[in-house]
Amino acid sequence: MPKLTIDGQEIEVPPGTTVLQAAQRLGIEVPHFCFHERLAIAGNCRMCLVEQEKAPKPIASCAMPAADNMVIHTKSEKAKKARKGVMEFLLINHPLDCPICDQGGECDLQDQAMAYGFDRGRFEENKRAVKDKNFGPLVKTSMNRCIHCTRCIRFATEIAGVEELGATGRGEAMEIGTYIEKALTSELSANIIDLCPVGALTSKPYAFIARPWELRKTESVDVLDAVGSNIRVDSRGPQVLRILPRLNEAINEEWISDKTRFALDGLTRRRLDRPYLRRDGRLVEASWGETFAAIAERLQGLAGAKIAALAGDLADVEAMLALKELMASLGSANLDCRQDGAKIDPGCRAGYLFNTTIAGIEEADACLLIGTNPRWEGALVNARLRKRYLQGKFKVAAIGPRLDLTFPVVQLGLGPEILDDLAGGNHSWGEVLKTAKKPMLILGMGALARPDGAAILEAARRLAESCNMVREDWNGFNLLHTAAARVGGLEIGFVPGAGGRDCDAILAGCESGVIEAVYLLGADEIDTKRLGRAFVIYQGHHGDAGAHRADVVLPGAAYTEKDALYVNTEGRVQAVRRAVYPPGDAREDWTILRALSEVLGKKLPYDSLTQLRGHLVAAYPQFAQLDEAPRAAWGSFGTKGAIEPVPFAYPIGDFYLTDPISRASPTMAACSEVYRAAHRPAAKTGTHG
Amino acid sequence: MLRDEDRIFTNLYGQHDWRLAGARARGDWDGTKALIAKGRDWIVDEVKKSGLRGRGGAGFPTGLKWSFMPKQSDRPCYLVVNADESEPGTCKDRDIIRNDPHKLIEGCLLAGVGMGAQAAFIYIRGEFYNEALRLQAAIDEAYAAGLIGKNACGSGYDFEIILHRGAGAYICGEETALLESLEGRKGQPRLKPPFPAAVGLYGCPSTVNNVETIAVAPTILRRGAAWFAGIGRPKNEGTKVFCISGHINAPCNVEEAMGIPLRELIERHAGGVRGGWDNLLAVIPGGSSVPVIPKSVCDTVLMDFDALRDVKSGLGTAAVIVMDKSTDIVKAIARLSKFYKHESCGQCTPCREGTGWMWRVMERMVKGEAEVAEIDMLLDVSYEIEGHTICALGDAAAWPIQGLIRHFRPEMEARIRQYREAAARRAA
Repeated sequence: MPKLTIDGQEIEVPPGTTVLQAAQRLGIEVPHFCFHERLAIAGNCRMCLVEQEKAPKPIASCAMPAADNMVIHTKSEKAKKARKGVMEFLLINHPLDCPICDQGGECDLQDQAMAYGFDRGRFEENKRAVKDKNFGPLVKTSMNRCIHCTRCIRFATEIAGVEELGATGRGEAMEIGTYIEKALTSELSANIIDLCPVGALTSKPYAFIARPWELRKTESVDVLDAVGSNIRVDSRGPQVLRILPRLNEAINEEWISDKTRFALDGLTRRRLDRPYLRRDGRLVEASWGETFAAIAERLQGLAGAKIAALAGDLADVEAMLALKELMASLGSANLDCRQDGAKIDPGCRAGYLFNTTIAGIEEADACLLIGTNPRWEGALVNARLRKRYLQGKFKVAAIGPRLDLTFPVVQLGLGPEILDDLAGGNHSWGEVLKTAKKPMLILGMGALARPDGAAILEAARRLAESCNMVREDWNGFNLLHTAAARVGGLEIGFVPGAGGRDCDAILAGCESGVIEAVYLLGADEIDTKRLGRAFVIYQGHHGDAGAHRADVVLPGAAYTEKDALYVNTEGRVQAVRRAVYPPGDAREDWTILRALSEVLGKKLPYDSLTQLRGHLVAAYPQFAQLDEAPRAAWGSFGTKGAIEPVPFAYPIGDFYLTDPISRASPTMAACSEVYRAAHRPAAKTGTHG
Repeated sequence: MLRDEDRIFTNLYGQHDWRLAGARARGDWDGTKALIAKGRDWIVDEVKKSGLRGRGGAGFPTGLKWSFMPKQSDRPCYLVVNADESEPGTCKDRDIIRNDPHKLIEGCLLAGVGMGAQAAFIYIRGEFYNEALRLQAAIDEAYAAGLIGKNACGSGYDFEIILHRGAGAYICGEETALLESLEGRKGQPRLKPPFPAAVGLYGCPSTVNNVETIAVAPTILRRGAAWFAGIGRPKNEGTKVFCISGHINAPCNVEEAMGIPLRELIERHAGGVRGGWDNLLAVIPGGSSVPVIPKSVCDTVLMDFDALRDVKSGLGTAAVIVMDKSTDIVKAIARLSKFYKHESCGQCTPCREGTGWMWRVMERMVKGEAEVAEIDMLLDVSYEIEGHTICALGDAAAWPIQGLIRHFRPEMEARIRQYREAAARRAA
């Protein structure tokens, strides 16, 4: 353990610690631009120069490993002079356009120039002009402001795994760009906006919208996939203006996907802001009282077996619990939260959780992907897999159509028939899994949402057991969910009760007329044609597929407009918090159900969110603990059966349009347009023979 | 003056055969097997004792550098020869490769043994097209004769030599940028530490040496460290190829003893300064990156590392650029500033931003279109670059300007005055 002295304070640090990190531990601030904890060290900005005794030159503290008996001065004249010089160089070609720069107020260069710079410039020549680059629909560039720290290049190359950014030219003619002027083909591309220490890369959709000091910041959780990335919701007045990542080492580190960040403009479009009733075939505005009365009238005397409920992918736990209890009081056991018909077994928690945990991926040494495209189904799970790959000695194989996951993957086959070979030891990769110390598998909805899903689940369980994936100290069996509501729904048993129908059976019942009334809690991913002549109550926040078919529309709140719980794919209970109020007459979802229950004469036993949460915890104690990934007991799940040798189909066809919010978002539509074009084969030109 | 029998590069002017037969006739490849047999430690020790300092510019003791290579390594070790000779004024490596390529090849083998390397990569400047062809031919000859490759010279030592052509960037002559370029990446210097001896080419222990350094090694080993150390002054021993160019009557490369007086070097070998010694204005004694010295210093200075350091210049690559009184010294240095601005890799801030700034100010200084106070500002900017960059290119850009201001400030001030007077006349 090297021991060094910084500004007169001694500190002992683990080997490999840099001088900058050692100084930070002592609470000594060393200014820097290019250094970033999660990226490779570049040492190019030279802002972190400090004086080292007996060294002929100042040293770059971000790159210099701490060594024994080093004596470092961060505030000596020599160090200050070096920093001032660097600051002056950074500013000579940086435009003085802070008043019109979107980074203003949260700009590292601005802050550090205040702290370490001159009060005037000596540079009398013309400033450099650099052509702005096209980085696609998300990232706005103003390359005059670039200070060439290469954080964006390193992020794209290392974390995102797309080697599409680089520097062209040299010296003062060096420019950052993609060279061929196209958007980064990464789902994480917009993180370079956060990484850029100046205003060279800013958010295109947020351009000139607000200043950081005008924003109210609410710590929340993303629900557009099942990862549960931690986010900060920035709002002004009634509108969410920006979503930024929030540090959570266990889940998203400090990154978020582009959808998480930019689908927010969908929150103000196609909103259901008042109740509607279908009259003469058309949805017309109505009051809450009228809609409730209409529902009560239609459900009057209807047997429980003729009523059903489906929960959508964005539903929160409280609303699902309220709906479940309402259905129970109406005598219905027909409820399901698996809109895609995935044959998940709700009986065993370990059978539907991402047991390894996302952070746990870093411990694994072999991974088998079964019918999943983690890049689209959980972009940050994929980022974690890539991170693990970069650490070395990590083997990944996949079953399903070929994908580019940003790291090498051995393609084992297209469909599930290979699972038995793997478990039975008739496949070379089975050996890899068996000899690995910490093997894991990730089972996607592409493998479960098919008729033989239960059998595939069972085969995957057997494979996990045969490869010793489930032990006292390790659980390598994982489901990667695509819906934020899914695990929460399974946890509270929003699944068919005794004799109840599952999603497919409910829809079949509607078609045949056996089911006469369906309550859709934000369920938009079903085939609404199959709802037949059933009376459809749609509760949700967007005018998407469900609302179009509905007979009664009850306007609910989106995830930025309510305090609610969600459970991510790991089984981690997390709270979203209200940043703004729901628009118009829309209400938080559980309150709608509570009010309706009273009209139906089945009053639910809670009058406040606190009471509801208390009720929830009493029934399901796992909800008492927020932000912890549970350790679920292993058990038997899945149903042994015939497996069809049909190739897997991945559940997400378009990463940018997966839910009612992103489908309403113009930014996501633009992304979809750009990236679908990127994935399309190029048009033939005259040179194609 | 160096005696003829003490010359190492006996075919520097190409009057003899450069091929293997000719090289052998001049004593190359003589007893190489026996030298290898003396072992790694002996080689390093001899080179240490000879006092040989790196000929690429920095003058780091060569034997010491070789001794940094790990004794035990589970990864391969590499010798990398820097033949990316791009320093303005310097043309010694080119003539060595042209006319004495086997000295370099034999040197690669012996140095490789000394540092435990399994292969040598020679990174040759892209513009040296014909030289690359010739060097490759010489390498092929050596392979064919069993001098290198498997069981080199019958010694039991396996040693490969790979020639790689650069693409014409000055920065790729910086050792770590050279490694980056050799690996196929953008030529940008790496951060040190780790030094190449720990993490070098392809992450393996590597040592980067100049062509001349490697090419003199076989002769040193054959004739003995004492012979080499007997030439020159303490800590500045041996012979050195000087490249003399500029306003002299007979520009040339010449191998001379270290520590020869500058005046003697110019007058004896380069036919003297154009118009006589008194017509001398200044000399850049070690390639474009070292500070210029005025005639008053040139009168007495000796040509070696320490003597030139004492006059705040440097031996560098020993490329002596002579300028007589017809020279516009400000313009000459401004041209060098443009060169460094053009060749800066752009990686780190002070060099990327500072070289362009200095060049622009220098351009104004050439015309005198500046304030007198800007001379001090320029000097200050050069100090803000010097020592603050990843590699030495920042220093190299700063030093010529520092030398100019140190010795020719009156000239610069006069020019500013003249410009003002002319402007005032025009206005009137």
